[in-house]
Amino acid sequence: MSQFEYILQQVINAVSLGSLYALVAVGLSIVFGVLKLTNFAHGDVMMVGAFTTVLLIAIGVPFIPAMIAGILASALAGFLIERIAYRPIRNAPDVTRLLTSLAVTYILENLGILLFTSSPRNFPLPDMLNSSWQLAGGAITFTNINVLTVALTFVSLIGLGWFITRTTVGLGMRAAAEDMSAAQLVGLDVNKLIIVAFLVASAFAGLAGVLWAAQAGVVQPQMGFTPLLKAFVAAIIGGFGSISGALLGGYMLGALEIFIVAFLPDPVVPYRDAIVFTLLIAFLLFRPGGLMQPNREIKL
Amino acid sequence: MVTADAPLLQIDDLEVNFGAVRALKGVSLDVREGEVIALVGANGAGKSTTLRSISGLARPKAGTIRFDGVVINRRSPPQIVRLGVAHCPEGRRLFGSLTVAENLRLGACTRSDADGVARDTETMFVLFPILRERWRQLAGTLSGGEQQQLALARALMAAPRLLLLDEPSLGVAPLLVRHIFEALAELKRQGMTMLLVEQNIALALNLADRAYVLRTGKVALSGDAAELRDDDRVAQAYLGAAE
Repeated sequence: MSQFEYILQQVINAVSLGSLYALVAVGLSIVFGVLKLTNFAHGDVMMVGAFTTVLLIAIGVPFIPAMIAGILASALAGFLIERIAYRPIRNAPDVTRLLTSLAVTYILENLGILLFTSSPRNFPLPDMLNSSWQLAGGAITFTNINVLTVALTFVSLIGLGWFITRTTVGLGMRAAAEDMSAAQLVGLDVNKLIIVAFLVASAFAGLAGVLWAAQAGVVQPQMGFTPLLKAFVAAIIGGFGSISGALLGGYMLGALEIFIVAFLPDPVVPYRDAIVFTLLIAFLLFRPGGLMQPNREIKL
Repeated sequence: MVTADAPLLQIDDLEVNFGAVRALKGVSLDVREGEVIALVGANGAGKSTTLRSISGLARPKAGTIRFDGVVINRRSPPQIVRLGVAHCPEGRRLFGSLTVAENLRLGACTRSDADGVARDTETMFVLFPILRERWRQLAGTLSGGEQQQLALARALMAAPRLLLLDEPSLGVAPLLVRHIFEALAELKRQGMTMLLVEQNIALALNLADRAYVLRTGKVALSGDAAELRDDDRVAQAYLGAAE
């Protein structure tokens, strides 16, 4: 296998992993934008989407409709979380809001364990999506689920880009993220915008959850924890609250992780996550506004 | 409905608290259709709080605010915008990461008459020609004076019947201050009703028909703007509060 093909393979892997991180990070950033709240339950909203999809496939629903139902289930979960848990404490101190977000995480995970036990379940991916492409005589390999992941990520991000730059509700969401009272003064209904933000962010979590589980081949109630942490890092790198920043951070983090494993000496590879989280600390210390908002201070 | 003598905006005995601080201690004032009213006074006299109460950002503890005969004390800011009150806040409060065009579009977000919005956008270009040049630029990249013009235009895009203006000259270069007050004079000629908070008393009293002088949360003085211009007690109200 030539060097070039090896690198190309790693780029494909990086784009595939980066897409998942970007999907999750964008959702985190949307919610943080309007509420200034780190929604730790975002990872569990992924889990809701993945489990819904798996259960529907298990009763014979084809993959695509099952995935759409999973995305809708995540959106509904996000809507309910906002309505039941976050709205009553919207103006409470930051610590209260942070703890509430953690509490929602634990409730959802334990609910998942109660219903499905904590042991992993197989994700019944259709054979069509599991089949792989071999290029350059097998030097470059990727499966249909990789292709689907990247394609759906691009389509949904383009859709999101259109939504937040072309529609009044989308522009209003960005306006509210920047200055809540100014948004109210021009007549924007902030409640409505927050609901829309949760629906959109949670739908993104749902899509990410299904794709994550499909790639991993399993679902389990705690499956949202790792992607949430990674997306959190990605969002910080990009600039927390900035949607384009989350996108950039997601792909950068995906590339970083893949390249650490692919190009650094073997003894370094086990420290991949340590390197990633060191980077997080470095950003928080020296550039807390991330790449997109160099002058902004953040508080979590 | 506003009859010949019922004011468009009528505030009676308004009291507002900020935590333990009583910001307004029983303010009464009225604004009639077509009038420009100046609200002057030292820092902390309660001018901005009065405007924030009218637009629903601050919740009154007591008293009533009537707009067009409707009590609006408990209405939300968006509802108040829909009734016809636009508030151009202190410090401009533009959406800096949005373009000039997008800021104006959000200014009109309560309206559904696309033709009227397009027409009003053209009117803004006449009133503030610089906005046409800066149309695709991010609001955060504009100069202070340009931002103030955009903030005014954004408020006007709501097609308000009452315009609340908080310190339109603050942080704006002197030449542009003149330009902005010329635009306000033009709006007045067109019949726009305005309630103006302004630290520059001379500018404010020149533009206004009547004025109220606030002092530590109360109306200390009110009357015809032209008469108040020559009244020593206006200056004293400032000095008094500064002591």
